[in-house]
Amino acid sequence: MTASFRRRKRLSFLMFALTALCAAASLSVLFFILGYIAYHGLSSLSWSFLVNLPKPVGEAGGGIANSIVGSAKLVGLAAAMGIPVGVLGAVYLAEFGGRRLGSSIRYCADLLNGVPSIVMGIFAYTLIVLPMKRFSALAGSVALAIIMIPIVLRTTEEFIRLVPDSIREAGLALGVPRWKVILRVVLPTASRGILTGILLSLSRIAGETAPLIFTAFGNRFWDHGLLNPMASLPHTIFTYAISPYNDCHRQAWAAALILLLVVLAGNIGARWLNRPAHGA
Amino acid sequence: MEGITLEVRGLNAGYGAGDVIRRIDLRLHDRLITAIIGPSGCGKSTLIRCLNRMHEVHRGATMAGTILLEGRDTRGLDPVLLRRQVGMVFQRPNPFPTMSIARNVAAGLILNGERNGARIDEAVEKSLRQAALWEEVKDKLDGSAMALSGGQQQRLCIARALAVAPKVLLLDEPCSALDPIATARIEELLLELKKELTLAIVTHNMQQAARISDHTAFMYLGDLIEFGATDTMFTNPSDARTQDYVTGRFG
Repeated sequence: MTASFRRRKRLSFLMFALTALCAAASLSVLFFILGYIAYHGLSSLSWSFLVNLPKPVGEAGGGIANSIVGSAKLVGLAAAMGIPVGVLGAVYLAEFGGRRLGSSIRYCADLLNGVPSIVMGIFAYTLIVLPMKRFSALAGSVALAIIMIPIVLRTTEEFIRLVPDSIREAGLALGVPRWKVILRVVLPTASRGILTGILLSLSRIAGETAPLIFTAFGNRFWDHGLLNPMASLPHTIFTYAISPYNDCHRQAWAAALILLLVVLAGNIGARWLNRPAHGA
Repeated sequence: MEGITLEVRGLNAGYGAGDVIRRIDLRLHDRLITAIIGPSGCGKSTLIRCLNRMHEVHRGATMAGTILLEGRDTRGLDPVLLRRQVGMVFQRPNPFPTMSIARNVAAGLILNGERNGARIDEAVEKSLRQAALWEEVKDKLDGSAMALSGGQQQRLCIARALAVAPKVLLLDEPCSALDPIATARIEELLLELKKELTLAIVTHNMQQAARISDHTAFMYLGDLIEFGATDTMFTNPSDARTQDYVTGRFG
């Protein structure tokens, strides 16, 4: 073995070790966060924490039931606005959009996707909170929906594009009108991918805090309807984490664990939906 | 005209820049098989796709000329309605992946609003029998269409096209993705089907055209060079280019 060959082998091993180290580092951050939150959160987690309202500030105990329900309401309402717009927009882009108009819409959606979420919050604040003169769940949902739309739009479009043209032609050749081919043949064929995109966007907005700070605002009580300030998991974590009380910090950890589990469930659900089909 | 299901007069068609096929005149006779042969890129598929106006599906596609279905100009007909009378089978089997075998066959009926379950079941069985697939799938009608072999899938696509009871069935190289045994089964099936409807088949395979067709059209570089009885075309063609092609000198 010549010297240069040995040097090359050594360098090769070194570079291999470096790539493995970086891969391990990026993974370990995730597991560190998961472990840290689980460690702090699990000790404060209890049934009563899930089903009770917060106690007055400074008093120990209490729960986050209103935040859990509030998050569900905010995300649900955002989904009711965001999913139809995103999916129908994607149908336009994938099936009808002309080349120039289509690519400009696509570009705008990607830009919108990159806009910091707090800007969406300010937008919803100006659009809804200021004219109505009140913080409201509605305003929070609008902000979340705006974040959700470009994600749903782009993933749905990609999955509609994955449906081979031969399937569309098969439908058209049977004398089925084009709208029906899209609705009854193309969308069902792409449905698993579309659901995956929707689920991912839902778990993304479930964790958003910034757009809710001056829209849904937060609340320590039950509230009914959509026109009042509303609590949400990420916002409660935020307020508890910056409060001076130890008990609040403890609850923030537990709430963070709940939020993490919800988001994790969403992601795993998306993976499961989009699993490769085995055989037939 | 008597005995003619589909008549093409002076057809030009292309994709934006220039015509791919020019001045085509062709007649599909009642209950006979017409084969369209010619080297790759000669416009066979474009021609056949004009016949049920699937050509228009492409962005920028152009088409001029007259196509008469049983004497009526198809330009006055909505393409959706035309396609229910002039069905099509494609090069690669393309069953709907999310639908069961029975549902695939019934797709044309269901998507066009048929709700009567008994009538749908009846059409499914009849079409599958016509496509010589019934015996193989009658116990797994609710199974996935994707689990079938390529040849079975192609016969399923034929059954699906037959279920809407077309007058004409167009086949665009239906056997090019199949092995010889599956091909033989499809050929037998087509000979059986011509008792009931008019067929046109685009094929690369000259033996196939000779075996099953009654009339043959030879296309070359976008022109219809020769059109006539298959026997004559293969034994005594009038154009030298046809002679060269059918004897395998080019293409």
